[in-house]
Amino acid sequence: MAEPLLRVEKLVRRFGGIIATDNVSLDVAAGELHAIIGPNGAGKTTLISQLTGHLEPHSGSVSLGGRDITYLPAHRRCALGLARSFQITSLLLDFTAADNVALAAQAHAGTSFRFFANARKERGLRDAAHAALNRVGLLHRADVLVSKLSHGERRQIELAVALASKPKLLLLDEPMAGLGVTESQGMVKLLQELRKEVSIVLVEHDMPAVFALADRISVLVYGRVIASGDPAAIRANEDVKRAYLGDQHVVTHHG
Amino acid sequence: MKSLTVSKAVTALMLAGLVLLPLYSQLAGNVFILTLFTRIVILALAAASLNLIMGFGGMMSFGHAAYLGIGGYAVGMLAQEGVGSGFIQFPVALAASALYALVIGALSLRTRGVYFIMITLAFAQMAYYVASGLARYGGDDGLTVYKRSDFSGLINLGNRTQFYYLCLACLFGVLFLIWRIVNSRFGLVVQGLRSNEQRMQAIGFPAKRYKLVCFVISGMMCGLAGALLANNTDFISPAVMYWTRSGDLMVMVILGGMGTLFGPVMGAVVFLLLEEFLSQITEYWALIMGPLLLLIVLFGRGGIMGLLGRFNRG
Repeated sequence: MAEPLLRVEKLVRRFGGIIATDNVSLDVAAGELHAIIGPNGAGKTTLISQLTGHLEPHSGSVSLGGRDITYLPAHRRCALGLARSFQITSLLLDFTAADNVALAAQAHAGTSFRFFANARKERGLRDAAHAALNRVGLLHRADVLVSKLSHGERRQIELAVALASKPKLLLLDEPMAGLGVTESQGMVKLLQELRKEVSIVLVEHDMPAVFALADRISVLVYGRVIASGDPAAIRANEDVKRAYLGDQHVVTHHG
Repeated sequence: MKSLTVSKAVTALMLAGLVLLPLYSQLAGNVFILTLFTRIVILALAAASLNLIMGFGGMMSFGHAAYLGIGGYAVGMLAQEGVGSGFIQFPVALAASALYALVIGALSLRTRGVYFIMITLAFAQMAYYVASGLARYGGDDGLTVYKRSDFSGLINLGNRTQFYYLCLACLFGVLFLIWRIVNSRFGLVVQGLRSNEQRMQAIGFPAKRYKLVCFVISGMMCGLAGALLANNTDFISPAVMYWTRSGDLMVMVILGGMGTLFGPVMGAVVFLLLEEFLSQITEYWALIMGPLLLLIVLFGRGGIMGLLGRFNRG
């Protein structure tokens, strides 16, 4: 098997006496959509934060495309092709949608130590921003302040921002959080499109969405990966049923 | 966009007033007003520089007056040692300010919020006490600058009108630079950091580097104001670095409108004029000034600029 795009090996992170990430190992192959599920407090966000560089692990390693990135700061990982969306929408509220996305493009297009020329008039950056906004279906909102956008729209902007950095791997932390039914469906459709272009690690509570989208699923319980496999295998796994899928009917219903 | 017109009109009026002021001073035979406004223009320049980090960069520096002292002492000390050329004094003032900003910034920018305010304040007070200890340069009593910076006939700083226009040109030049910077790639990154630092790092910007460069640029601009100030008063003393002066600069920025290009200028004009005229009426002028500032800040969120903006909509 070829070198996986993302390899996590024996990652450990403690908070005081609590082991939030307990010897987690997982691989994400190029082109794969790998979902991470688990009940509340299973340590999903802690895990993601170690992948993005917002939190340092106590031991273990993370490598991207064969390169060890365990202790690289967030902005360097981003330069290597790792982009994330936040569980709680984290955008520049007093900037327009286009500005938010254009900044992400700017981060990957040469130096930003340019002090004189008007950045909003750089065609390359604006075009990239508009392309990414178009990709998530929000081109018509490009010049609206993010603070004036709806929650659902902001989730889409999060994606557009991540896309604008032309990542190899997209880490999505609960992109459906707080979305209505129609909005969720739209997001699933969008992710189905995006996964053709970029590898994705998806952390999500919305089970129908996960089982519809994922190539592989890892189940996290109390910081440990208790099962990893394709959706069918996870659905059939007894441990998973017992530990996590109390709301089993959701899964069977979907199948 | 209609809401912009009132503030635009007032701004234009103010700028025109500043340009035409020497003419008025000449016609009315009022020398005092030119002296007063020279000081206003210089402090407006300092406030504008503070606004770059405070308004646009979200870095609440409570030690900005230190640069006024550093710029001023660069001029005063060099003059004392017989180096009278402005072509040397001014670049030294800028370089010294930049160096101070680089060191202070590298240390202070590890902190944020209240800690950043306190640490910048502490460093400025340190600079104040260092200056007080410079026995050779007057110590506590300050240093008289017997000869203004000499620009070898290019411009005569001894001439009130010429000096005023030099200060005004510096102010306009700095405002122009700030305007360009704020809309540049660099400026957008700095404003993005003010808005959401975590997000900016996640999309690939190393926060500290950008903030530090912004901090240094702002410090140099304020150092320039310091060099002009020493020439204006023919005197420099540790008092210009005292924390109350840093506070005054903050008030000017907040009063005029943080994060607006002309707000700090407006703030400086209003603040210093109020100070001047209230102190003529009563020695307890601060009693009137305080509540007045409070009202403007409370009811005019966004300062005078914000107030003018709302004026139109209402």
